[in-house]
Amino acid sequence: MYQTNYVRASSTDDAVAKLDDEAKLLAGGMTLLPTMKQRLASPETLIDLADCGLAGIEDLGDALKIGAMTRHVDVETSEIVAKSIPALAVLAAKIGDRQVRNRGTIGGSIANNDPSACYPSAALALDATIHTNSRDIAADDFFVGMFETALEEDEIITAISFPKPAAAAYAKFPNPASRYAMVGVFVAKGDSVRVTVTGAGEDGVFRHAGLEAALTSSFAPESVEPVTVSGEEMISDMHAASDYRAHLVKEMTRRAVAACGWP
Amino acid sequence: MNEATPPKEERTAALSGLGTSRKRVEDARFTQGKGNYVDDLKMPGMLFGDFVRSPYAHARVKSIDTEKAMALPGVHAVLTAADLEPLGLHWMPTLAGDKQMVLADGKVLFQAQEVAFVVADDRYAAADGVAAVKVEYEELPVLVDPFKAESDGAPVLREDIADQTEGAHGPRRHPNHIFTWESGDREATEAVLAEADVVAEEMIYYHRTHPCPLEPCGCVASMDKVNGKLTVWGTFQAPHAVRTVASLISGIAEHNIRIISPDIGGGFGNKVGVYPGYVCSIVASIVTGVPVKWIEDRSDNLMATAFARDYWMKGRISATKDGKITGLHCHTTADHGAFDACADPTKFPAGFMNICTGSYDIPTAYLAVDGIYTNKAPGGVAYRCSFRVTEAAYFIERMIEILAIKLGMDAAELRVKNFIKKDQFPYQSALGWEYDSGDYHTGWDKALKAVGYEDLRKEQAARVEAFKRGETRMLLGIGLSHFTEIVGAGPVKNCDILGLGMFDSCEIRIHPTGSAIARLGTISQGQGHATTFAQILASEIGLPAEDITLEEGDTDTAPYGLGTYGSRSTPVAGAATAMAGRKIRAKAQMIAAYLLEVHDNDLEWDVDRFVVKGSPERFKTMKEIAFASYNQAIPGVEPGLEAVSYYDPPNMTYPFGSYICVMEINVDTGTTEIRQVYALDDCGTRINPMIIEGQVHGGLTEALAIAMGQEIAYDEQGNVTTGTLMDFFVPTAVETPNYQTDYTVTPSPHHPIGAKGVGESPNVGGVPAFSNAVHDAFRAFGLTQSNMPHDHWRIWKTAQSLGLHD
Repeated sequence: MYQTNYVRASSTDDAVAKLDDEAKLLAGGMTLLPTMKQRLASPETLIDLADCGLAGIEDLGDALKIGAMTRHVDVETSEIVAKSIPALAVLAAKIGDRQVRNRGTIGGSIANNDPSACYPSAALALDATIHTNSRDIAADDFFVGMFETALEEDEIITAISFPKPAAAAYAKFPNPASRYAMVGVFVAKGDSVRVTVTGAGEDGVFRHAGLEAALTSSFAPESVEPVTVSGEEMISDMHAASDYRAHLVKEMTRRAVAACGWP
Repeated sequence: MNEATPPKEERTAALSGLGTSRKRVEDARFTQGKGNYVDDLKMPGMLFGDFVRSPYAHARVKSIDTEKAMALPGVHAVLTAADLEPLGLHWMPTLAGDKQMVLADGKVLFQAQEVAFVVADDRYAAADGVAAVKVEYEELPVLVDPFKAESDGAPVLREDIADQTEGAHGPRRHPNHIFTWESGDREATEAVLAEADVVAEEMIYYHRTHPCPLEPCGCVASMDKVNGKLTVWGTFQAPHAVRTVASLISGIAEHNIRIISPDIGGGFGNKVGVYPGYVCSIVASIVTGVPVKWIEDRSDNLMATAFARDYWMKGRISATKDGKITGLHCHTTADHGAFDACADPTKFPAGFMNICTGSYDIPTAYLAVDGIYTNKAPGGVAYRCSFRVTEAAYFIERMIEILAIKLGMDAAELRVKNFIKKDQFPYQSALGWEYDSGDYHTGWDKALKAVGYEDLRKEQAARVEAFKRGETRMLLGIGLSHFTEIVGAGPVKNCDILGLGMFDSCEIRIHPTGSAIARLGTISQGQGHATTFAQILASEIGLPAEDITLEEGDTDTAPYGLGTYGSRSTPVAGAATAMAGRKIRAKAQMIAAYLLEVHDNDLEWDVDRFVVKGSPERFKTMKEIAFASYNQAIPGVEPGLEAVSYYDPPNMTYPFGSYICVMEINVDTGTTEIRQVYALDDCGTRINPMIIEGQVHGGLTEALAIAMGQEIAYDEQGNVTTGTLMDFFVPTAVETPNYQTDYTVTPSPHHPIGAKGVGESPNVGGVPAFSNAVHDAFRAFGLTQSNMPHDHWRIWKTAQSLGLHD
């Protein structure tokens, strides 16, 4: 086997100190380890963040702060989450399967920015702030493209703060084989409405201006109907062409709005 | 009967024999993770082999550079076709009379084809070695569409046999053509179709899919150079056949080869064939002098070892105006991939596809099948069905629905009108089979009543109206399916694989204290043979099932048999078990007669003992007889109590069933919700109702997968686009609906206990039930045919094409 060393960092500073070009940070490993098994990645060192004290869910009053190493299962079952942003718990409960939810972490998902991952849609719709070891990044600036983020090479996500919305919901249309989102729509209502789409965009998660405008002026499922959602720049693969995905974006948006309870 | 003798019912119950829902004896180890699978084997010095596989679907192999791989630590050998050629092992025979490259010989013909075999200290070192082998390819034009195989300019795939106009199954008309197989009367069928009141015509495609057993294929080969014996542990569904084939192609004498199938984690046809991994492991063990293990990973399994289906079935069915079917014509284009490696009996290159007249009395029929080479993986195995029977059942059950549309008739009524009647059995089908028994109307009526068929149709009609008024976006589909299987291959007079007659066997030894061991020529892969065969025997010989050990899968100890697939274990080995049991009982009767000092004919069998007729207080139990057989000198009777039976079945068995699926379809998303699945099976005598129910649940779940989303798909370059479980749909408990099972019992008249086999019925009957439900939901809007699998996107496209999104 190609050599891989496994080390545990005691803090984010320690992790950064251990980090070099040939090393990878290990959060939950739910993407990285399969990638390594397929030899699509072969890092010389894996730096495990488990001992960095990054797990935990904190109620800040007007926001919810979730540590980067918090597992999906912990978000799924957290009473704090259920009380303040239940849509996040719903989202977490639909990720992968039980085994994945027991290992996968929110920070790992956000940092990886898989175009079909669920969490990026929540972070972007809720106008979250991504805290790193060196700065705070607004979600709008964070998700740059497919598997690309604003993170620097030596930057580590420590937590994500989600402002509490008036209402929010996530509607996911899973790929039946992988259970990744073929289309996932997160709707969050505050002063205005933010609508984000995952699973469909060629550049990863995105906000949909037309849907946001329509729902800001009238927050009801039927407001979705007249909005044009174009399949251009959407993914086409063996499971769904872009026109089908575009159609599903509207359908999932309707469902998410309905799930919010309106007005 | 004296006072100490418990009543008959009590003694019968104590045996846990036929008809008992006995708990599976295997489950104690399987549910505790204590099974012993081939990958659990660890032997001193054992090496691990892995393949360099082709990234291309069609390419010339210009060169293979193994130098860097050989230089890696832990890599012991890298085998290529050039190394195997002097041994004559760079190609191997397939089960279908073709030959297949073991390692790429000058070119590759499908993506993931085996190119070189790296042997290393462990799996990781082997993977390093695989990555270090440099292969230079020159890409060639790719053929993925079987309908383009014989067109001008189509690339010739099999240059090795391009000039051969005669194949294993008759004339070949093109280098990419494998065979044409015909059944029935072509002229008479054309004449009937020409004169018919009504003819429905449609192309029915049963897509390519894969059995995808939980455990992939693998083996450990160990050549003992001291005694010259080769032992191979592997995931073999037919260990004896593997031994014979291994002997024939390697030249190692058959007595020096021992094949052992340990616990197997599901087969479903995928583990019938002979794969390059087996040959390479054996050669590698001979070369290195130590055991060599080869285990597929999931992608290897999905991309390279045997697929299933991929039949394009062009059908024409004719009927009178009032719905009496008069004729059936089917032309099938069979995509076999790069090598013809189907696992069918020799005389049946398209398996038992000629069961495609189904459950119906169709007087005139004709079937032709053309096998075609394409740049896809070889295989064509019977995925939880008898050879090509699920294709046949899907074809006829779709054609019936399409004919019903054409006639404007209810599809259930059309079936009833054309079912073979109870008094027509044994029934001679137009395509040459003799259906042994059946009672289709009884089960069908029971099924329709159970689901409330008439009310469902009313609900459906109301739903269509509500949809048209814009009140709902959900449609209701009622999927009907009545299947007739043909299993239990088979009579030696017309069934063989590579010349080996498809009989099966059982050998029984009764121990002095009245317990027993039985060995069979089959091999369980999860079916529960150790449970059910002991039950057959318990009823035959009057010893409790729990006192009978079942052993299978070791060719040094088990009697010769053709293995487990095609629902043949119960019809063939189950019959052998009963027959061997009867031999035991016949000898036991002689012993009892001696002990009781009466004539043989003065005794009668009573559950677990022989009783003197008219004197119930005088008896000998089987336990007593067993002991006597070891300690009494009985004139004219050999000591011991053993028997063996090799059973050549006089006919196939023909299980059947009525399946109904009620499905809700969301027109806007293409998603489906299964409201009810009712499955009535008639598998003849029921050995263990609990195991039958489990088999039906499992088969229905695989049928659901196949019908609703599971496929092996290729792009135009011949790349497999579903090579991992991220894209290849395997349902879990989350996706599995509730199942309602039911049964009727029509025993097979020729099987010793009347059993017919059941493991595959739910796959055969389930696929048309699910698919017909989808089609039926759209019938009111003009749909006649759409291709499986009915995943969300395809259903959405169907709704769109019918104008339901406007």
